[in-house]
Amino acid sequence: MTDARLAAASVVDPEIRVITIDELGILRAVEEDRASGRVTVTITPTYTGCPAMDVIRADVRRALARAGYPDAEVRTVYSPPWSTDWISDVGRAKLAAAGIAPPSPAPAPGVVALTLAVRCPLCGSPETEQVSRFGSTACKALWRCRSCSEPFDHLKAL
Amino acid sequence: MNGPFAFALGLGDDALIAAQRLAEWTTRAPEMEEDIALANIALDQLGAARLLLSYAGELEAAGRDEDALAYLRDDREFLNALLVELPNGDFAVTMAKLFFLAAYQLPLYTALASCPDERLAAIGAKARKESAYHLDHGALWVRRLGDGTEESHRRMQDAVDHVWPYTHELFAADPAAPVDPAGLRAAFDETVGPVLAEATLTRPERGWAPTGGRKGVHTEHLSYLLAEMQVLHRAHPGAQW
Repeated sequence: MTDARLAAASVVDPEIRVITIDELGILRAVEEDRASGRVTVTITPTYTGCPAMDVIRADVRRALARAGYPDAEVRTVYSPPWSTDWISDVGRAKLAAAGIAPPSPAPAPGVVALTLAVRCPLCGSPETEQVSRFGSTACKALWRCRSCSEPFDHLKAL
Repeated sequence: MNGPFAFALGLGDDALIAAQRLAEWTTRAPEMEEDIALANIALDQLGAARLLLSYAGELEAAGRDEDALAYLRDDREFLNALLVELPNGDFAVTMAKLFFLAAYQLPLYTALASCPDERLAAIGAKARKESAYHLDHGALWVRRLGDGTEESHRRMQDAVDHVWPYTHELFAADPAAPVDPAGLRAAFDETVGPVLAEATLTRPERGWAPTGGRKGVHTEHLSYLLAEMQVLHRAHPGAQW
């Protein structure tokens, strides 16, 4: 990994601050023009209306400036569309450790997700239920554990 | 008005006006979880609207960006279908609108995802995943209310009867468009039919079918919605916070 790539990859998601944008799979590319020193970073949103994108763009530019790349451009692409399958294993482990149940495998295109059993990230019980398929951010659903009674967030498969 | 600009604008306006209507529920939904759900769906629609309006602005090549198109057009220049501008009514009416809109947008975006226009294909591929969740949510409430108490059944049936005439406009033929809406009707019927049946609701007969939205001829409701949505930008052009 280049220094520019490392700097961009270290930016944390502003709404789920335990995971980096690289681990979340929204950092798509970091290209460095060695002659001019200009860096082009490509990111993709989790959801089209994700309100964190402006903050992420600013955070990426700030991280690159700190790493010695003041001339950085952040591009946003929509294709191919982000999938929760792009979240790395390290990212999944960090989500679970933070009490956010990681997503199941993404459904096939055009197919409505079949809700599989989601394990409680706090006590590990599979005896859980969905309270609402929409949660505190666009990418999460609200669940509750029937064993330990705790509510928890679930990153829904997309 | 036809052509790629009008097509992208019409779909973008559908999403924008649907987002604005759904946002009216914020802090007013019957329960906290539903409040969050409707705000989330509104946000998805707004996200799709921004992509579609930005692209429409580029196609028009007249220097209008997403903000200029959203905030500086009058009602006659909006090309959204009438369905999305209808007032929210009670919760059942909102759910009928949400369900029918998602049952149209999901096959629409799915078809767009494989159309030759790369930009529309990218937007379709992204938005269809979100539409699948909207459809699931709308269908869940239609079933729950339709197959619920006597009162919830009565109100859900009233809502379906009220909104149904406005669904026909969504499928008006446009053979030159990247995706001809007429070809989406079968998928819509296949989605809607079983859900209404399971909800013990009667699917209305085909009758009155108001149109005009795609030509900029709207109900009076759109003007009030636009007044609220646009007032800040018009009073303080370029305002940022």
